[in-house]
Amino acid sequence: MALHTRLWRNSAFRFGVLVLAVLLALALTAPLLGTVDPSAMDSAHINTAAGERGEFALLDGNSVAHRFWMGTDNFGRDIYSRVLYGTRTSLLVASFTAVVAVAIGALLGMLAGYFRAVDAVLMRVMDGLMAIPAILLAIALVAALGATLWTVVVAIAIPEIPRVTRLVRSLVLTLREEPFVEAARALATPTPVILWRHVLPNAMAPLIVQGTFIAASAVLTEAILSFLGLGLPADVPTWGNIMAEGRVQFTQYPSNVLFPALFLVPTVLAINLLGDGLRDVLDPKFAKRAA
Amino acid sequence: MLRFLAQRLAAIVPVLLVVAVVVFLILRLTPGDPAAVIAGNNATNDDIVRIREQLGLSRPLLSQFWIWFSNALQGDLGYSFYLNKPVSELIAQRIEPTLSLAAGTLAIAVLVAVPLGTLAAWRMGGWLDRTLSGFSVAGFSVPVFVIGYVLIYLFAMKLHWLPVQGYRRLFGASSQGVGAWAYQLVLPWFTLATIYVALIARVTRASVSEALTEDYIRTARAKGITESAVLLRHALANAAVPIATVIGIGVALLIGGVVVTETVFAIPGLGSLTVDAVLNRDFPVIQGVVLFFSVLYVLVNLAVDLSYLFLDPRIRY
Repeated sequence: MALHTRLWRNSAFRFGVLVLAVLLALALTAPLLGTVDPSAMDSAHINTAAGERGEFALLDGNSVAHRFWMGTDNFGRDIYSRVLYGTRTSLLVASFTAVVAVAIGALLGMLAGYFRAVDAVLMRVMDGLMAIPAILLAIALVAALGATLWTVVVAIAIPEIPRVTRLVRSLVLTLREEPFVEAARALATPTPVILWRHVLPNAMAPLIVQGTFIAASAVLTEAILSFLGLGLPADVPTWGNIMAEGRVQFTQYPSNVLFPALFLVPTVLAINLLGDGLRDVLDPKFAKRAA
Repeated sequence: MLRFLAQRLAAIVPVLLVVAVVVFLILRLTPGDPAAVIAGNNATNDDIVRIREQLGLSRPLLSQFWIWFSNALQGDLGYSFYLNKPVSELIAQRIEPTLSLAAGTLAIAVLVAVPLGTLAAWRMGGWLDRTLSGFSVAGFSVPVFVIGYVLIYLFAMKLHWLPVQGYRRLFGASSQGVGAWAYQLVLPWFTLATIYVALIARVTRASVSEALTEDYIRTARAKGITESAVLLRHALANAAVPIATVIGIGVALLIGGVVVTETVFAIPGLGSLTVDAVLNRDFPVIQGVVLFFSVLYVLVNLAVDLSYLFLDPRIRY
C-alpha cells in the first residue's frame, strides 16, 4: 500500500491534518475574514461583549462596520482579529522551532554517533542541558537575548536539541554497523557523504515524528512565554499575549483568556495527533519504544 | 550500596558542571558590559566599578567562571541590585510557597495517576482505559494556565467553593494554620496535577500491562489469590521502577508548571520571583533560580536512582 494511503487511513493523522489545514487557511486569509488591524485600539470599544456589532474606528480616522465576534480587550482591540493573526505567530514559531531543533540535533547526533572522540564530551554537554528544566532555560535565554521571533524560536529550540541528539545518536550507532555503510566506507566515500547520503535518510522517519512533537510543544512554550509577559512584545498579536493581557481582568471578562485557548488547545492537540499518526505509520519501532 | 552511591554522585558531577557553565554563560549572551547588566538600571558608576572588581570581570573568562562558581558552591549566588538583597536570601524567602505547591501536586498526582493507570492496564480497552488515554492526549495539549483559569472560572467564580487567588503561609508569624494553607492551594494543586497525572498514568498503564503478561501473574492467579493482590503485589510492584523514573523525569515538567501556576494564582514563590527578575532584567536572580531548580532536579533524580534499590530487590550494585 502506498505511504499516503496508509497515512490517510490513520484517523489521528487525518484529524491532525484537517485541523491544521483549517488553521493554515485561517492564518493565510486572516485579512479577508472580517478582521480589522489587530493592533488598532478603538477607545469607544473598551471591553465590548462578544458577538456585538458596531463601528470600529480605524487608525486613519475612518471607521468600518464590524462584528466583534470575540469582543474587545481593555485597550479596545478586537480579540477576533488578534486571535486570527495570532494563528500566524503560533504556526511560524512551531514550524521554525521544529526545523531548527531537528537540524541542529541531527547534526550533533550524527557527529556523536559516528565519531567516538566527539561522543563523550558532546553527550555530557547534552546531559547537562537536559538537567535544566526546559521552560526555565527558554525563559533565561529569552531574558538574555531579548524577545524577537528568532530569539524566541532559538530559546524554545535549544532545550529540545539534546533529545533530538540522543535519538539520532542511538540510530547512528546501529546504522554505522550496517553493510551499506560498511560498503560505502570500503569505497572510500568521504565521511560527510556517508552521513548525508546513507545515514541521514535512514534516520528520517523518527526525526519527522520527533519534529512534529517538538512543534506541538513549541506552540505551548511560546504561549507560556507570552503569557508570562516574557515572549514576543505585547503589541504582537500572539495567543499567549492576548491571554496575558486578559489575565489582569479575568474575573470580570474571562472570555479574553478563554477565546484564545479555544484556538490554542485544538492546535496543539492536532499537531500531537498528527505526530501519533506519523509515528504509528512511519516508525512502528519508535511507537513500541515510546510506549 | 556505598559504592553505588559514590558512583551515582560521581556521575552527576559533570552534569552539574555543565549546568553551571550554561547558567554562567547566560549572562554573557546579553549584549553589553556584564557589570552594567548585573548592576541594573539605577546603578551608579561606582557600583559598576565595584561589581567589576568583585567578580573579576577584567580577568579572562575562565577565571571569571571560577570566581562565580566557587562563590556558588559556598551558597553565594550573587546579589540582586534591583531588590537589594543576596540572591540566596531571596530564594530562601520564596521557597515555602513553591515547595508547598510542588509537593502537594506531586502527592495528588501520584495518588490519582498510579491507581488509574493500574486499573486501566487491568481492563485494557475498557471505558476507563479509553477515557484515560483520551485524557492523556488532552493533558499534553492544554497549557497549565488554561487549566488554571478554567478551574478558577468554575470553582471560584461560578460555584464560589474555593478562593480565586493568593497564598497563605504555613509557617511563620502570619500563618493561619494548615487548613487555611491547604484551602488556598486546592485549585493550584489540581491545576498543576493534571499534566502530571497524564504523564504518570500513561507510564503506569504501559508498565503494569507489560507486567500483567508475565508468567508469574498466571501463577499467582492459579494459586487462587485475590485479584487485588495480583495487581498490587505482583503487577504494580514489578512496574514500580519505570513509574519512579517517570516521576523523577516529570519533575522538570513540574518545575516549569510551577512558574506558570504561581503567576495564574498570584502565589509569591520562586516562579513569580523568576518572572519578575526577567521583567526587571535582574540577571543574578535569573541565574540563581535556574541553578537552584536544576540542582534540585538533578538531586531528585539521584533520589529516584537510589529508590531502585528498594523498589527492585534484584538490583544489586
